[in-house]
Amino acid sequence: MSFVLVQVIVGGLLLGAVYALFSSGLTLVWGMMNIVNFAHGDFVMLGMYVAYVVYTLMGGGPLLGAPLATLVLATVGVVVYFALIRDIMKGPMLAQILGTFGLALLLRYSVFWWFGANFLSMPPNIVGGTYAFAGLRIEASRLLAGVVALLVTLGLHLLLTRTSLGSKMLAVAEDQTAAQLMGIRPDTMQAIAWGIAAGATGLAGALIANFFYIVPTVGETLGIVAFVTVSLGGFGSVPGALVAGLLIGVIESLSGYLIGAVYKDIVVYVLFLLFLWFRPQGLMGKT
Amino acid sequence: MNLKHVTGLLCAAAMSLALGPNADAQDKVVKIGVILPMSGGTASIGAHAKAALDVATDIINNAHPELGNFPLAKNAGLAGLGGAKVEVIIADNQGNPATGQNQALRLITEDKVAALFGSYQSGVTLTTSAIAEKYGVPFLNSESVAANLTERGFKWFFRTTPIATDFARIYVDFLADIKAQGAKTDSVALVHDNTEYGSSVANTIAGAFKEKGQPIALDVAYPVNATDVQGQVLQLKDKKPDVVIMISYTSDAILFAKTMQSLDYKPAVLLADDAGYSDPSFTKAAGKISQGVFNRSSWIVGPSGSASAVIADMYKKKSGEEMDDTVARQMQGFFVLADAIDRAGSTEPAKIQAALKATDLKPEQLMIGYKGVKFDDKGQNILASGAIIQLQDGENYVSVWPKTNAEKAPMLPYKGW
Repeated sequence: MSFVLVQVIVGGLLLGAVYALFSSGLTLVWGMMNIVNFAHGDFVMLGMYVAYVVYTLMGGGPLLGAPLATLVLATVGVVVYFALIRDIMKGPMLAQILGTFGLALLLRYSVFWWFGANFLSMPPNIVGGTYAFAGLRIEASRLLAGVVALLVTLGLHLLLTRTSLGSKMLAVAEDQTAAQLMGIRPDTMQAIAWGIAAGATGLAGALIANFFYIVPTVGETLGIVAFVTVSLGGFGSVPGALVAGLLIGVIESLSGYLIGAVYKDIVVYVLFLLFLWFRPQGLMGKT
Repeated sequence: MNLKHVTGLLCAAAMSLALGPNADAQDKVVKIGVILPMSGGTASIGAHAKAALDVATDIINNAHPELGNFPLAKNAGLAGLGGAKVEVIIADNQGNPATGQNQALRLITEDKVAALFGSYQSGVTLTTSAIAEKYGVPFLNSESVAANLTERGFKWFFRTTPIATDFARIYVDFLADIKAQGAKTDSVALVHDNTEYGSSVANTIAGAFKEKGQPIALDVAYPVNATDVQGQVLQLKDKKPDVVIMISYTSDAILFAKTMQSLDYKPAVLLADDAGYSDPSFTKAAGKISQGVFNRSSWIVGPSGSASAVIADMYKKKSGEEMDDTVARQMQGFFVLADAIDRAGSTEPAKIQAALKATDLKPEQLMIGYKGVKFDDKGQNILASGAIIQLQDGENYVSVWPKTNAEKAPMLPYKGW
């Protein structure tokens, strides 16, 4: 195997870990409440802007930006749940789609109005370097994002499977009325789920901001990848999103390098559709 | 439908009759429909263009004696139409050819604009100008460079910018020149997106190099608004071309710059075809890691007090940005259109078309470095020209070629970061 190919695969794995990172929040909301959050990509975008503001205006590094973005977005998530989601969940599917889509546009153009349409970029910072390792080049910022992706996946998985809070959230997802009879408040559980999902998404945005450009419309570019990752991984499966993200990252990188970048999306989506044909619930989704 | 509804409808109809055409006649307004990307991946371009058009309409609609003999500046409004004011109606094309087409239709049929102006992306200009052609409305394009736009036999389409074939020639000559000075320029790679702009400009440049007996060594195409370009940069790193020509919009240009740095890839010569690399937000976001990139430009600011310097100043006050090549070409194009309407003395499409055809502006009447503005039968400005600039310090472009109006000598090889 040629040396460049190794670099391509390593690059693909790191890219995939990032895809997984910003998909975990979506899979949580989608799987648990059966709500497709079209504003997901714009949550990532908000996370990026929070990190940017923290870094450039308040002088904090990415170490301060990432936790702050998590907190800010978690708050946004809870507020959005009580202000919008709780009500539209009672409405028809179309209302849910249009509701979150409207939210996406509201967020996008609020940022647009406040920051303008200009592209921004994080100034060089402590994770701005690149490691050269036996000829392989690995960006510190991507490596950090990849490691955090693994940690977030593990954390969310443990939360859902090993804690009583997780069990309560799953109970609400399974059957709201039954959960209510057991003394679990669906509202609270779902608000917590939205907070966690949005927080994880904000964290993803803050870490991606270190190596991607920042612009109000970046959510459009990233959002679509999140949807594909989540459907391939299986709705509601956090480990599924990780595996799917890594798979998509490597396939994209390899086909981009070997066949040509304009064809890489064709390769990814043909494989994606073929896979769903045989396994519509996704890699790790429940039947 | 009861009586109330009928009365309401009648009232609305009466009001629209009363307000519509009469109001226009009283205020003497010439409406120009402008189609630009105000949202989507190239929204920064739209925002800059809007600021530039605000400045241009200010210059046209108010008296600006400080601009000397610059056309339309001296008196308020268009003298040819009794001092009528120019009103710009901006429509968002979202960077999407289909959206642009709908907006063109709306501007023509509902807003009844006298002329159309736009639409930045060549792919969008392709569809918007087709609507203008169908309805017989003059269309002025100032910044789309795909060669085929003026090869469609259109009667209502006029383009002031130099186009891909002009630039391709400039690139070939420029590279031959620096080769004579000892730079290695034998193998040339093209990196471009898959839009109308990216693929057609790449094609034109490839043709120009082939004509010179120097076929393109590597063609790297990628989907626009990419999420990742590591594969493409590794392809370049693998094949080691001497010269890499980038044909990219802003988002991808920034991503390429960042990825080239992280994968430690520097070609000897990095030459950009305007677009993203001329966006001031590119220079701010990635200028420091793109030091020494060459670019094309028709914008060279004149000495203090000259029309171009005054206009650049007004633009900076309005937008907070330095004037760049794209914005300058857009502003110049808008002045050409307004000048034609002024000379037509009418908002009648056929008269504006005739005036556009008769356009003959001299270099001293322009704010940009063209040799003039004069359209051929296809509607292309035959006096458009450009120069090569370089981002030597990572912050501001300086002109480096041709020698006659160069501020500095070209800096080689590409420095990067």
